[in-house]
Amino acid sequence: MNSARKVGDFATQYAIYIVLVALVAGISVWDPHFLSIETLRNILLQNSTRAIIALGAAFVLITGGVDLSAGRVVGLTAVVSASMLQMENYARRFFPDLPHLPLWLPILLAVAAGLIIGLINGLIVARFKVPPFIATLGTMVAVYGINSIYFDMKPNESQPIGGLRSDFTNIGTGAVGHGPYSVPYLVIIAIAISALVWVVFNKTRLGKNMYAIGGNVQAAHVSGISVGSNLICIYGIAGALYGLAGVLESAKTGGASNNYGNMYELDAIAACVVGGVSTSGGIGTVPGVLAGVLIFGVINYGLTFIGVNPYWQLIIKGLIIVVAVSFDIRKYLARR
Amino acid sequence: MADTACLLEMDRISKAFPGVQALDEVTLNVRAGTVHALMGENGAGKSTLMKCLFGIYRPDSGEIRIEGRKADIAGSRDALQLGISMIHQELHPVPRRSVMENIWLGRFPTRGYGPLRWVDHRRMYRDTKRLFDELDMDIAPDRPIGSLSVSKIQLVEIAKAVSFHSKVIVMDEPTSSLTGNEVEQLFRIIGDLKKRGVAIIYISHKMEEILRIADEVTIMRDGRRIGTWPAAELTTDLIISRMVGRELTQRFPERTGVPGDVVLKVENLTSPVASSFRDVSFELRRGEVLGVGGLVGSQRTELIEALFGLRSVASGRIVLRGRPVNIRRPQDAIKNGMALLTEERRATGIFPVLSVLENTVVASLRKFEKPYLLIDEGKRRAETERSIARLAVKTPSVRTLIRNLSGGNQQKVLLARWLMTEPDILLLDEPTRGIDVGAKYEIYTIIAELAKQGKSIIMISSEMPELLGMSDRILVMCEGRATGIVDGKRATEEEIMRLAAQHSA
Repeated sequence: MNSARKVGDFATQYAIYIVLVALVAGISVWDPHFLSIETLRNILLQNSTRAIIALGAAFVLITGGVDLSAGRVVGLTAVVSASMLQMENYARRFFPDLPHLPLWLPILLAVAAGLIIGLINGLIVARFKVPPFIATLGTMVAVYGINSIYFDMKPNESQPIGGLRSDFTNIGTGAVGHGPYSVPYLVIIAIAISALVWVVFNKTRLGKNMYAIGGNVQAAHVSGISVGSNLICIYGIAGALYGLAGVLESAKTGGASNNYGNMYELDAIAACVVGGVSTSGGIGTVPGVLAGVLIFGVINYGLTFIGVNPYWQLIIKGLIIVVAVSFDIRKYLARR
Repeated sequence: MADTACLLEMDRISKAFPGVQALDEVTLNVRAGTVHALMGENGAGKSTLMKCLFGIYRPDSGEIRIEGRKADIAGSRDALQLGISMIHQELHPVPRRSVMENIWLGRFPTRGYGPLRWVDHRRMYRDTKRLFDELDMDIAPDRPIGSLSVSKIQLVEIAKAVSFHSKVIVMDEPTSSLTGNEVEQLFRIIGDLKKRGVAIIYISHKMEEILRIADEVTIMRDGRRIGTWPAAELTTDLIISRMVGRELTQRFPERTGVPGDVVLKVENLTSPVASSFRDVSFELRRGEVLGVGGLVGSQRTELIEALFGLRSVASGRIVLRGRPVNIRRPQDAIKNGMALLTEERRATGIFPVLSVLENTVVASLRKFEKPYLLIDEGKRRAETERSIARLAVKTPSVRTLIRNLSGGNQQKVLLARWLMTEPDILLLDEPTRGIDVGAKYEIYTIIAELAKQGKSIIMISSEMPELLGMSDRILVMCEGRATGIVDGKRATEEEIMRLAAQHSA
């Protein structure tokens, strides 16, 4: 193999990471102030919940499916957790007579809500054989309806939920240590979830089955994998991750409304595919997904940092999706 | 056969694929107003020859002439324009659309003004009705084709072929899904077509049909034409001996060891699908290789997929080591010590985007689980490497994607996958299909070795030498029924062919 070919192979193998480095380098050349610990901290903080959602979306994409319900589940669990974690002396409480609950209880309820919606998605896909796109389109619409009914209950009547308890908002805004070198809790949680998901992907039977189902569902069936129960489990995990992300979004922003999380599923899917997850299934890694999330994080933060018009940012994001995937796909195109 | 004018001449057609000479100077001359039967075993080259006629394959050499004029056929559209149409063995209707739309697909009658045209449904209905009346068929033109039975769809296909007013019609196993009355109807249609001077190429395995309606018979074997004879000069025995009469060119490993006790007993197994396997009974012994022979459509694959829980069973019993078992999913079969190497390696075997390692361990992941649901990576890798080495899989590493391996090596990885589940009974469906000769021998050696270790093997094969060379006994199937079990050492190809073509009318 000659060296030009080697460089080409290297470039296709690590295309996503090269794009990420190139982006950072490009923006830094434009404005050297970009390269700072402050920037790093901000980008990580802004993208920790997005990373958790994208990891959930990756579970489903790797099985060869797609999950459109992510954003609306985020909205639901943000509202559910916020509605039960307001300060007792706040004027407009969602549940005026609710006693002081232990912090973990509403969080657990919200994550459980996400889990249940995920399990329903899985059930519709696995047992009723509805294509994932349609099944999750249905739950996406219905979940928004459920959330809006809850949000519109008396006495709240669709007012944004505010006045959240400080022990809750501290999860979203607090950090270990002080000053620029402190590590936000959100970043720690995102890293812990990433590590956990990496273990599931690489070290458990569920993860192996997930790749097998996405790689060739017929062969998986013949090989004795219970395709249905594995799918239900995987959609459930994805739903729980969206649920957790919703709780964290609420804690980070100190409020919630039924429109939280709108269209987050598309950001998550974009991050996944840019990060090398194949929409036809069987392919995808945790570091890839995280790189995909960071690419969009760097674009969002960096382009605003150097003052690029937000509309131009959208155009650049769109281009990145197409260009990155067209490069990445070359890895998998069989040499004929 | 150059005495009377030939409507279609295929002159010394050759076609090679990597590793195989699929057609070797095959000549086929078909005269107007006759039925010309084309016969040969599976893989003899009949389909390849027809694909050359329809421009699906370009022949490497040779010439096709129609009414004496050289024809250059680059696709089925050209073929249709030259007056050649085909009734396919496998039907490809557009199920939700009506019968008439399926017939006139791609050539709808239209009306309108200048470039503004729309489909003339009324005329389409009329034309279809007229066509059906002519052929004495009672099918409503506006019914969705998907609501018809398979045999009626087959009749529609026949009507479609007739509607092109072709000079040459190719019929590939046209009676495989027809009932007795419908076969008679088809033969009447064929009689009419002959009178109109149409030439018919008739591909079938059914001897009595051939002897009844064919005027001439061309027999092919191993991509060569053996000869063409007037049907009146032939008998079933003559045809069979000419179809199979070849010297054994493949070699097989020495089979030692004597089969032991009965491990698996299948009693009157019957599929819920009417046209599938019925009343099949057989026994399988420890250390035995039981070959399963039969033609396309004999339902052999369906039978062993049912044993493995991939298809349902309406009645009958599966008795494993003296105990009746209920196998409803592949998981049940695997737990009972069974393994299935499927016929379609790409569709139901390999995970193309996964590594050799993942492809090998996928059916036995439970074995590698440690506490807390974690998988023992080291053990997984070590076992895979051992297994890969034992079966001599040629791969740069266990991390290589399986789709980068050759067919033979992929097949060996799949064998490794199933051996890792430590099965007692291996069901192998065409284990050497699409594999080059060298790798075939290696796979035979592995099969022989497994039998010697006391594993029981059921091997479906469409290749006669392979069946005879590897099997202790051979179960022959025809149209879903077991028509006989013969001794692998003493049986002849003729005997098997006779059982496989036995028409259970």
